[in-house]
Amino acid sequence: MEAVLDNLDFYASGVLSTVTLTVASWAGAFVLGVVVAAFRVGPVGPLRAAAATYVELVRNCPLAVLFVLFFFGLPDAGLTLPTYTTAVVVLSLYTGTYVAETVRSGINAVAAGQAEAARSLGLSFTQVLAGVVLPQALRTVVAPLGSLFIALIRNSSIAFTIGVVELTGTTSQIGNRTADYTAAFLAATTAYLLLTLPSGIAVDALERRVAVKR
Amino acid sequence: MVLDKVNKWFDQLHVLRDIDLSVGAGEVVVVIGPSGSGKSTLCRCINRLETIDSGSICIDGVPLPEEGRELARLRAQVGMVFQAFNLFAHKTVLQNVTLGPVKVLRRPKSVARERAMDLLERVGIADKADRYPAELSGGQQQRAAIARALAMEPKLMLFDEPTSALDPEMIAEVLDVMVGLARDGTTMIVVTHEMGFARSAAQRVAFMDQGRIVEVAAPEQFFSDPETERARDFLSKILAH
Repeated sequence: MEAVLDNLDFYASGVLSTVTLTVASWAGAFVLGVVVAAFRVGPVGPLRAAAATYVELVRNCPLAVLFVLFFFGLPDAGLTLPTYTTAVVVLSLYTGTYVAETVRSGINAVAAGQAEAARSLGLSFTQVLAGVVLPQALRTVVAPLGSLFIALIRNSSIAFTIGVVELTGTTSQIGNRTADYTAAFLAATTAYLLLTLPSGIAVDALERRVAVKR
Repeated sequence: MVLDKVNKWFDQLHVLRDIDLSVGAGEVVVVIGPSGSGKSTLCRCINRLETIDSGSICIDGVPLPEEGRELARLRAQVGMVFQAFNLFAHKTVLQNVTLGPVKVLRRPKSVARERAMDLLERVGIADKADRYPAELSGGQQQRAAIARALAMEPKLMLFDEPTSALDPEMIAEVLDVMVGLARDGTTMIVVTHEMGFARSAAQRVAFMDQGRIVEVAAPEQFFSDPETERARDFLSKILAH
């Protein structure tokens, strides 16, 4: 227990690091996912193919492997980034595939007549997508996107393997120092739940707020 | 608008067969016929929501362009009203009506809004401007959809079974609006089962069966003395009740 109480300030900075890592990666994953989903339903063949290839490649690799690959691979390719930035890149790329597939399913769930009516007004493909289809698609997939956000909070812990000192990394250091790994990680578990459970509640509230009446 | 030897297949199914039809400015043509005769497909081909396999469709002498900017420009001049209304579910009635003018015609928002309110007034639902489609009755939704199409100041209005999803009372309120448009000289192609509307508003009736236009005639001629056996048979069935 002392292992935890003596190190509360370390836990706090670990939580803060996990939160910033998650939020930054979510921003990347969301933008990437929406753009990739748009490419996949769009009329441009090469973009469709590139988007599908990205999704299938990245989605089917273990996250820990991607972390290590990018950690060593980016410098070898001549791009040296701070470790934290590398973690944001990997988490964005990985979560982006799931966001893309989720948004794509939302797009497919919007009644075909909505896009037809928009095209009939003379709107371009991009205008139809951005103005009519995506706003409705995103509203219908708030719940699964929320699940992805919560998964991202948990997945961010794998950044610990490349040396990012977020909540899991901090906890590991505390366990190492105090030799009480059980107490240290029970506290970490509690801290993760304090992040994930309220996120779930917030997602439910958001879903109710943006729901489209049909 | 001129259709010349238009053919379309859905796989093996020959849905439009050598369709010839021309509609002049200010003319109202009603297309009737049994289910599956190709009426709706014909209507959807005119603004290229469906593509045709042979023949040509010209509007003001210009053939329908390929998908892209040119086609979007043409669609902006052809209003379309759907059986299922297809109002944008996440936008208010007013936003539905102003979307096209603002995004496509680049009208200032205030101008688009003013014009939209005039149109909503004209179709009798100005008080519903700030409501969402789901809060309106079917008839009100369809009138909003007509206002949305009119806001683009189209050269031609296409109606694809605009009253088929409506209760009888609501059918009347939508038809009233359409009769008003016809009187004001709007060029209209109307796919419908409403024989009363065909009689009172159409200059010509086109009767379709199995993908062909079997007969084109003035309404009084068509309803009292149809030329073809198929049309006589169809009319006897629907007028029997």
